Order: sequence, then C-alpha cells, then structure tokens
Amino acid sequence: MIRTTAWRRHPLARYAVLILALALVGMVYAAFVQASKPADAALASGKVDDVAAGKSLFQVHCASCHGLNAEGTLTGPTLIGVGAAAVDFQVSTGRMPAANPGAQMPRKPMAGWVTPEKIRQLSAYVQSLGGGPAVPTKDQVDPAKGDAGKGGQLFRANCIQCHNWAGAGGALTRGKYAPNLNEATPEQIYEAMVTGPQAMPVFNDTTITPEEKRDMIAYITQVREQKDPGGFGLGRIGPVTEGLVGWVVGISALALAAIWITAKKRQKS
Amino acid sequence: MTDNEHENEQVDERVPKRVIGTPAAGTSLLGDGESAQPHEATTSETSGVTFQDEQKARKAEKIVALCFTVTFLAAIAFIISYVVFQVGSLEATGASNFALGGTLTLALLALAIGIVVWVRQIMPKYSLIQERHAMASDDDTREVVADTFVQGANESGFVKRPLLRRTMLLAAAPLGLLPIVLLRDLDNSKMPASKFNETLRHTVWGEKNKEGKPLRLVVEGTGQPIRAADFNSPGGILSVVPEGYEHDLTALAKATLILIKFRPEEIKSGTNKNWTHDGIVAYSKICTHVGCPAALYEQTTHHILCPCHQSTFDAADGAKVIFGPAARPLPQLPITVDDQGYLIAQGDFNVPVGPSYWERGDAEAEARSKGGQA
Repeated sequence: MIRTTAWRRHPLARYAVLILALALVGMVYAAFVQASKPADAALASGKVDDVAAGKSLFQVHCASCHGLNAEGTLTGPTLIGVGAAAVDFQVSTGRMPAANPGAQMPRKPMAGWVTPEKIRQLSAYVQSLGGGPAVPTKDQVDPAKGDAGKGGQLFRANCIQCHNWAGAGGALTRGKYAPNLNEATPEQIYEAMVTGPQAMPVFNDTTITPEEKRDMIAYITQVREQKDPGGFGLGRIGPVTEGLVGWVVGISALALAAIWITAKKRQKS
Repeated sequence: MTDNEHENEQVDERVPKRVIGTPAAGTSLLGDGESAQPHEATTSETSGVTFQDEQKARKAEKIVALCFTVTFLAAIAFIISYVVFQVGSLEATGASNFALGGTLTLALLALAIGIVVWVRQIMPKYSLIQERHAMASDDDTREVVADTFVQGANESGFVKRPLLRRTMLLAAAPLGLLPIVLLRDLDNSKMPASKFNETLRHTVWGEKNKEGKPLRLVVEGTGQPIRAADFNSPGGILSVVPEGYEHDLTALAKATLILIKFRPEEIKSGTNKNWTHDGIVAYSKICTHVGCPAALYEQTTHHILCPCHQSTFDAADGAKVIFGPAARPLPQLPITVDDQGYLIAQGDFNVPVGPSYWERGDAEAEARSKGGQA
C-alpha cells in the first residue's frame, strides 16, 4: 500500500494513468468493432448496449433455428435484413419464439422472458445486422389520423382476399391460414404489411406509402369496433357459418315443429 | 255433428245459450238447406272416431288457456314496448326491434302452440276411410255425349260446307308455322353475342393513352403509377389496374392484374422472362375457372389461390395450375418500363383472360402456332 501511495506521488504517474486509460478505451472499442462491424450506426446513436444485450438474447432464444449469427438454418430463415419491425411483430404477437416449425405460426401469449425492453434490444440487434424496416412511430400508426374511406379501398383491393372484409381471416393452402386481424395492434398491422411475416406478401413503403398504411389501419380498427346489428356476428366469416347455423338450427327446429304438429297421438283403444 | 253438440252441452254447463262465433239458435251456417242433409251421416255412428279422455282433455284445456294468456300478455307487451322503446340511435332502434320482435314472436308462438295442443289433445281423433267411386261414366251418359257431339258437328256445317272447313284450315296453317320463323334467330352471327370472341379476347391493355403511349400500371385504390424501382421488396404483391380505366368496371372485369415481385433466381421456366421486368411479373387477376379474383398469394410458396374453388397457381412458374378446377394458367401480361421508370404494358394479353367460352378454342396452341407465346 505504501508503495502504491508512493507511486501515486511519482511525477510520471499522471502520464501512466492517461496511457492506461487510453489503452483500455482502445481495447473496448476494438472488441466492439470486431464483434459487430455493422453496429456503427447503433454505436453512434448510443444504442450499443441494446445491440449487445439483444445479441445475447438472440443467442439464447433464437439461434437454435436462425443460426448463431442469424444466417439461417434448415429450420429457420436468415434474419439479416428483415429489420426491427419484423422482430417486433413476431415477438410481440408471441409467434416467435415458435413452439415448433410447422405450417403456421399461430398467435400465442408472449414467452415468459419477453418484455417491451427485451423486444427493443432484440430488434436493435437484428436491425444492426443488415438494416431493414424499422418499428413504426406512434404517430405513423395512429388510426385517428388515417382516412378509413381511402384505407378501405386499398384494403379491399389488396387484403380481403385472404383476411376477409372484416379482418376475420381465412384458410390458405396446406394448413396455412391468414390470421384474424382483430387482435393485432396498429403497430403489428403496420409491421406485418411492411415485413410480410411467414406466407404474407410484402407491401413496402414505396408502393403503399406510410400514410396509406395508416389509412388501412384506420379502416381495420373502425371495422372491428362496429357492432353486429343482428346480435350474433357468427365470426363474421360470411355465408359459411350463417348457412350452417341456418340449416342446423333453423331447419331442424322447423322439422321438429312439423313432426310435433302432425304426429298421431297414440290412442288407447 | 249433432252428436258432438249434444255431448258438449252435457259436459259443460257453463256454456251460455249463444257462444261468440257460433250461429244463433235456430239458424245454421248452411242456411235452410242444412236440414236437407242426409241423415245417414249421423247413423254411420262413431266408427273411426276416438274421443279424448276427459281427464286429459281438462289438463290440456288448462295448458291451452295458459298459452292463450301468454299470447294476450305478449300482445299487450308489444303495444307497451312500441310506446316505451323509441327509435333513434342504433342502440335504441336495436332495443326497439328486439322488444317488438320478441313480444310478437312470443305472442304468435304461444297462440300456435295453444291451437296445436287444442287440436291434438281436446278434439276427437278421426280415422276415416272414403271410398272412391268408379271413374268411368255409365253407358247411357257416354252414348248421350257421343250423340250430342255428332249432332253438333252436323249442325255446325263442318262436314256439309267444305269452303268453311278449308278456309279455316288455311287460316290455321301459317299460325302453326310462326314458331319456326322465330327459331331463325337462334343464328346469332349478326347479334352482339357473336362478338363475344372479339370482346372477350381483348382487354384495354392493348390500347394507348392520350399521348399515344402504352398504358401505365397503377395501384388499385389510389391510382398511383408504379415505378419499378419502388416495387423492390421480394415477396411483394399489388393489385393493379390500367391507367385511365381506374373506375371503368367493364374494362376492369378483364384487365385487373396482380403484380408480383420475385428474386430473379426464383422465377422458373414457365414464366416468360421477356415479359417481366427486374423480377416483376404481372398476371391476370381473373381466375381461368369461373372468373373470381384469384389473389390469395403466399410469398413463401409462390402459390396464388382462388378463394372460390381453391384453384392454385404457381406464380413463379408462369402461374401454371397445380391444384383445383382451373384448366389453364393465369395469362401473363407483357410488361416493361417507360423512359421515366414507370411500369407499362408492352401490349395486350396474348390469350383471352378469364374463364373458358365456346369460341375461345385452344387459344394457347393458336398463339404458339403463330410463333408467339401463351
């Protein structure tokens, strides 16, 4: 101790400490540069912590299918270039981490470890790998700012073939299906359009502009708030359920009534 | 009948002299003629007629009375709810409709159930056999009819006056031939229908815009022209209509497209690459089966699915049919870009779009025989 204290008093001590500090900073910097070269942007914006935390989350929860460096494996596609929006969509809807690699990734409750903070870190890491669509801002997806009329036109031209006019979803090929849109948040709807999760096609911002996407979100959220004037919506999936209920319930009630009216009462003679 | 009345009077002392809805004493529904009714009806006795057990009938009477009371109350409730529930907002109208419909349903249902129970459990049961009489008339009648016919024919002069007979036949002949004249119109070679092959074979994609340039592809719903460089995300799809015809439904019925962006290596040999631009392929949106809009697209498998009958097309391979009732691939539209980079049509489809029709023939084979591609 005495020696150390003595060294502190040494005329060269201040230079030694300065050199040491510089060396330390340099080493840490070099380590980061080596670990994630494309992270420069994140580093510049002070999000380097998110990227690092996201990488460790990724290696624990995602790497078994998507590969240690998100390069993709036989069971999972590469995530380089999918962007933060894709991560936010997949993880916040509970689709990822997937329970098993099947035809359809169903919406399910989020995994236990998932918090908005963790999603942000994971998104930052995937975004740092090769860019891609970013998570939309609150303003970009505010249904109150969209024109539901215009959005409805676009929705009818591009979406209802799979998702149904009321967003109830529908079947696709080989076990896949287009999910119900009524559980999705405005952010998730936007992210799905811009990233094209699973079998869904991509609607990028240069052909369907962010304003037009907001219009569509306004349409979807307004339709889901509409009441069913008849009382029962029957899933709003159209003539299939309505016909089924009509035939099974209505016709059988009529048939039973007809049988009861005309049935001969057994007489004791 | 008399039997029943007799019994009813005996059973029910409460019945007043004249019950509402029944004829007054001394008159009858059938007027004076009723007494002329043959008396055998009553003498045929009650064979086949079973009277209800009086105990059960009394029980049923109470049920029926209950039903009728329910009807009475429900009808009153209908009137009350008509006054109480005022229409106006969607909710108020809904409540009013529910109350009116509910009470009216209950009233009519209870009335119907009451009547059915009345018939089934209080009225006597009949199982009657009615014999049919012989169908043919007796010989005398037939002879009279035959004589009358011959007499009438003679008196009409049909036989005696050949001039009348012949001119009448003459008058009838052209009338009989008239329908044959109408059949002539089955030949539709000069009718609009004969142009079906012409009108169905072409779409507006073959036309030019006002400046004489090929039509641009525009986004359905916004009318925005599409720059090829903007439609750059592989796995993207757009519903596309021709510039200038955004709201012409007759034109759109044939000309609507789906535009799909591929990674260049994904496109297979079935697709005509000369008709694509930078991995962008345009197919007719009209299903070749019965003309539904086939646009359910899976970017992972490149399947285009028709929602009506599940015809499935492989978008990467010239939209060839891989499942379902469609017989032909979705026609591919030749596209390219103009000098400003916007997507335009090179020309019309080489084959008719949409479902088959009689005059269409094998348009694909025809196109190939002319050195073109289908």
